[in-house]
Formats: sequence, structure tokens, C-alpha cells
Amino acid sequence: MANKLGLDQAKIDRARKLAGQIADDVMGSIADKTTVAMERTVLRLFGLDGVNEEGIPLPNVLVDAVVKKGKLERGISAWVLNAMLQTGMGIQEIGELVAAGELELTQLPLASDKEIRDRGAKEAQRALDRVRQSREARNERLLSLGEGSKPYVYVIVATGNIYEDVIQAKAAARQGADIIAVIRTTGQSLLDYVPYGATTEGFGGTYATQANFRIMRAALDEVGEEVGRYIRLCNYASGLCMPEMAAMGAMERLDVMLNDALYGILFRDINMQRTLIDQHFSRMINAYAGIIINTGEDNYLTTADAVAAAHTVLASQLINEQLAKHSGLPDEQMGLGHAFEMNPAIEDGFLWEWAQAEMAREIFPNAPLKYMPPTKHMTGDIFLGHVQDALFNLIGVATGQGIQLLGMMTEAIHTPLLHDRQLAIESARYIFNNARHLQDEVQFKQDGRMVKRARQVLDEATETMAGIVQKGLFHALSEGVFADVKRTWEGGKGRHGVVQRAPEYYNPIEEELVRRLSLGTAKEAVVE
Amino acid sequence: MKDLRHVRPYGDTWNDGMMQLSFSLPIPFGEEAKETARQYVAKLGLIEPQVVHGVDLGEEMSFFIVYAKATHTIDFTSITVPKIETPVMDFYEINRFIKERIGRKVVVVGACTGTDAHTVGIDAIMNMKGYAGEYGLERYPEIEAYNMGSQVSNEALIRRAMEVRADALLVSQVVTQKDVHIPNLTELVDMLEAQGIRERMIVICGGPRLNHELALELGYDAGFGAGTLAPDVASFIVHEMDKRTQEK
Repeated sequence: MANKLGLDQAKIDRARKLAGQIADDVMGSIADKTTVAMERTVLRLFGLDGVNEEGIPLPNVLVDAVVKKGKLERGISAWVLNAMLQTGMGIQEIGELVAAGELELTQLPLASDKEIRDRGAKEAQRALDRVRQSREARNERLLSLGEGSKPYVYVIVATGNIYEDVIQAKAAARQGADIIAVIRTTGQSLLDYVPYGATTEGFGGTYATQANFRIMRAALDEVGEEVGRYIRLCNYASGLCMPEMAAMGAMERLDVMLNDALYGILFRDINMQRTLIDQHFSRMINAYAGIIINTGEDNYLTTADAVAAAHTVLASQLINEQLAKHSGLPDEQMGLGHAFEMNPAIEDGFLWEWAQAEMAREIFPNAPLKYMPPTKHMTGDIFLGHVQDALFNLIGVATGQGIQLLGMMTEAIHTPLLHDRQLAIESARYIFNNARHLQDEVQFKQDGRMVKRARQVLDEATETMAGIVQKGLFHALSEGVFADVKRTWEGGKGRHGVVQRAPEYYNPIEEELVRRLSLGTAKEAVVE
Repeated sequence: MKDLRHVRPYGDTWNDGMMQLSFSLPIPFGEEAKETARQYVAKLGLIEPQVVHGVDLGEEMSFFIVYAKATHTIDFTSITVPKIETPVMDFYEINRFIKERIGRKVVVVGACTGTDAHTVGIDAIMNMKGYAGEYGLERYPEIEAYNMGSQVSNEALIRRAMEVRADALLVSQVVTQKDVHIPNLTELVDMLEAQGIRERMIVICGGPRLNHELALELGYDAGFGAGTLAPDVASFIVHEMDKRTQEK
């Protein structure tokens, strides 16, 4: 990897070590807990699906029933596995009986621990074999169809109606998109359940449901074959249902998922314990499914300043990287986020931006970095906006970003119209093609502005992390270290869904993931 | 001599009526599609339409850029637009105005309501740090500001407003797809009126797709659009409070 900025490797190593300490500390404080979402995820992976008469998803019905008895600290698995052993029925039948009020999971006679564990191991094998098959299916398609060159062209669809989304997504693929992200309806991140079925009404986006995932996957496979390129599908493993989304994404062969607890804590006011536990489990599922995660550091710059807060983006990326490693994610699946959010009025803003993007590239050489377009300083002047997006695209190709989330000239006006996307893709393809090898030809003055800028950001990030190591991440968050937003350990939404694990807690999916990903358990990761 | 009673778009010559349009049609691209685009623009009351560019978008959709000339005119001299007339003061003037004319702290409660999760607007106005070099209301020593954040229900907003005896409510709406903001904004005013407390406070809405005229239509005291900064909002609030006190 080129070292154009002359960044001191010893400094990068030190920054990474600090981030590692912060991540170990986080893992230590979540290892003995589970959440309602995590337990629902296990049920989904066992194959439970559908809703009851009131439209409540069966995974919620079962977990809530056990919570009501105060018996979730063992985990949901033992209860449903026991029910399967006692009744001879499958998970779906059991779910339907519980929903109908004809079965109480905690009232059945208990099978032996060994019987439950044998059955659990078998169910976990089956669940994760299905995930592996979907991963293999992706690899086969990538091999036979090929893919676009990096930076991948990433565009969003957000009509609210999955069937309209399909039309827009297929058109975008034909126009040159490599990744289609289906934006979720506003507010879904705060729902403590996953909506069910194909949906046609959302605001600012479309409900993320397993049926919608499946519909879009089929459409992108179809158009991918026509255009001779594998088209990746992106959705969100975030909010209160983080791991459930990850499981659905794994089963329906999503390729990219937004996955960032820090984002949920800061921008959705989700309780930090809840979402860090959920994140760890969801990232293990993402890791095993071969799904690239996208983190949300770019958002810090929508509230904080892109120059003054650049180091917080780097600090957060480093922490996110270390947390992701605990979940078994390889570098190649870490789409760490950053953004082009310089105020256009700043002299040399393009230079600072280029320096920061190059810095991210050099510090995370193997990660498919996700580079986000200007949003904060987009105004409704679509003509100037198109030029801002062009500068962003130029830096994207000049620094070898992995995933380029294309800006839309109509940002700040509406969710993208069909032709907004066409104009954005046309412009990006022009710039990427015309400047394809720019990064190979350019070097930076070692005593110049850009090199100094990058070194300064690295120094500031290291300093910030040294501060976080002393206080702990949770305390730092309560002081507003990221994005100028302050959050507390007990505050935020979803806290009630955190459950202390009993000594006899059992989660066969987690155990099997740990085995297949060759991970130490969360407990073993704790630094004494 | 410009005739401002008969105004048309201007390209490079007075009264040429020149306009640029771009749009998509849900039809397969080709000569027929271009002709359809041309005739469509002619139907809009525009003459001499020229389709200067067309693209196949796939999925039997086509995109066009068209130039044409407008024939209709507007009487500019007869146009009136309701605007916020109060003068905009700066941070120091506003605080001094409150001390001298109101004589107690002004209480402002803000929220991004409904399902809308975008705090960028309300934060720009209220947060300590502010936006574009202007401090937010939290920084004003004479203002007691409560930023409730996003996804706040109208009930919760009113409850908080009553608790802290708010002088002004600020409602931010960023997501406006399919006009989702309209029923939400209307509901707040309806609820305030139903509880008989509408007149107790100044109610203001803001967001990129809002303006003063729409705000008045929806029963608000003022509406602020894109580019609004904290002093714009604060100036209106304190002047309006002062005006209401004098009217009593």
C-alpha cells in the first residue's frame, strides 16, 4: 500500500492499540448480558416466521411470553428446544400454538440438559448451513457474472413501496449501479419488532421486512444477469432489531448492511448496553454471511464540523474496527464510513477533504471504505450540487475508496427521483473512468498542506482515544465525545430489553458462530 | 421599458419566455418517446419545444431535457406574499431586548415531531453550538431552551410545554415525502386548540419545505424555511411576545 502521506506507522499502531483497549473494555461490560432482540434472532434462525392475529411477529410473541414469566435469563433456546423435544413438533408449529395461547413454554416438563444441547447443536448447524449456502450462492454468482470495479457505485431507492423500489433499482442497475440500498421508512429503527410481509407504504423509505428483502433480491438477481454484473443489495442491521435484521439479511442474501451501534446511540438515542450487545451478535452473523458492514461515522459531520471534528471520525473508525474484529469480521467486510462534508466556502476545502480521504485509505488499506457524499451543505441549488458531487467523486476515485455512495443533486429536496439517479451515475462513471489511474500518478509534497493535515488528524485522533481509554467509552459518550451528542449508560430507548444472563444461559447459535468464526467467546475476550 | 405587469421568463432577450425543463416519461426510449416529450411540453402552454437531450433509463423509462418558450405572463406589481415583518436582531440585541422589554427568561420548547428522525433542523436552531457561526438558542442567557430531539409525539411536546410553561413551541419537519408533515402539523394546532391553550404560546414550524405562508394556513404564528438561523426565530418570538403584552 502506498504511503503518500508519510504517516508514521508507529503512530498508527499506537492508535490501533488504544482502540483495541477501548473495544476490550466494551466487550467486558456486555459479555454477561443478552437482549430480547438477540433471543428473537435465535428463533428466526431456527426458522420461526409469521405473525399472530394482531400482526405481532411470532419471535416477539415467544420471547415476550418468556419475559413475562421472568425466565429469559436462561435464553429462549432452552425453552423452545425443550418444547420441540416434548411435543415432537417443529419451531413454527410451536410458535403458532404459543400465539394461540395453547402452549406455555415454561410449563412443560424439562428434558435433560444434554438432550436440549444435542438438539440445540443440531438446530444451530441447520440454521448456519443455510447462511453458508446463501454465502456460497453469492460467491458463485460473483464468479460467473463478475462485478463492477471499485469504487462500487452505490445508490439508494426510497419510494416507500417495494414494487416501485424494484422498478427504480432495476433502472439504476441498468444505468451502472453496483449496490442498491433500500432506505427504511422513517422511524423503523425505533420499532422493537420487525414488520412482516411485502409493504407498499412508507415515509422517506420502505419497511425493511424479510419479504421485501426477498422481492428486491430476486429483482436484482434478474437484472444482474441481464447486465452481466452481480448487483449487491444493502439494507440496515441497525436500530432496536439489529441482530434480527442481520439474520434476515443472511438468509435472504443481502450483501451490505449498515451496522453501527454508535450511530444508534448518538443519533437515535438507543440505549448503549442494548445496542452494543445487539451489535456484537449481529456482526457475528454478518461476518459469517459474508456481508460487508457499513459504519456511520459520516453522520458525525452532519452535526459537527468536518474540519474541527475530522479526528473523531478516525477515532470512531478505529474503535469500530476493533469491535468488528471481536465479532469475526475480516478487513474485507469492514465498510468503515466517512464523508465529504466540507463547507464549500472554505478555501482549499477540496485539499483537506482529499487529505482526509487518503488518510482513511492508508490507515485501513484492506477495508472497502464507504465514502458518503455532501449532504449538510447541499442547498436546493441542484446545479451547484451537481458540481459538489463531482468533486466528491473525483476524490473517491483518486483515493481508491471501496464504496462510493453517490450524491444526488436533489439532496435536501426530496428522496431521489428516477432521473436524479441517472444523472448521478452518469457523472460518477465519467469521472471514475476519466481519472481511473489518477491515484497511481499523484504524490503529495511531504512538507505540504495535505500531508500536514493528515498527520494532524491522526495525532488528534490518538489523543482523543487516549482520553477515552482513561474514562472508558461509555463515560466519554456521556460527555459528548462524538458528534457533540451526549448519551448515558442507562438512558435511551430499549434499555428494558437488556437481560442479565443466568449461569445456565444457553444460545446454540452463538456457540456455533463462535466455533465457525474461530472466535473466543465474548467472556474470554475480556482483558483481566 | 420593462413592462412589469406582463412578466415572462427571460433567456437572453426581454420577453423571450425561455424555459428549461427536465423530466422522465414512463415509456420506452426512441423517436416516439422524444416526440411524446415534445408534444407534452407543448400541451403545458409552452411553444417551440425543443428536445435537446434524451436518455434511455431502462425499465421502459425515458429522460428528457427540453427547452421551450412560455407564453403566459404574470403581473408582478400585483403580487403579495405574507412575510415575517419583524426586524432580525443579533444575539446581543435579542438578549438585551428580553431583559429590557420582557423582564424574565423566555422559555422555548423545540422538537422534531411525528416519525421524523431528522434532528438537523431543530439542532441548528437550538443546540448550544448552533449552525453556520450562529449560536443556537441554548446559548442565549435570556432564553431557557428545551430541545426534545426527534420522533417526539405531539402529546409529549404539549406535555413538556405545559410543564415548563413554554412561551414558544418550535416544530421541525424535515421528512415531507407524500406530505406526511401536513397532518402532523395540523394535529398539533388542533390539540392545542382543543385543550384551550393555543393562545398561551407562540407556535412556530420550520423545515426545508415549509414557509411562512403555509405556516399561517396551518394555524401557526410563523413558518421558517431553509437557511433560517437562530436569530431569525428568536427575533420573531421576542417581538411577538412584546407585541402581545402591549395589546393586552
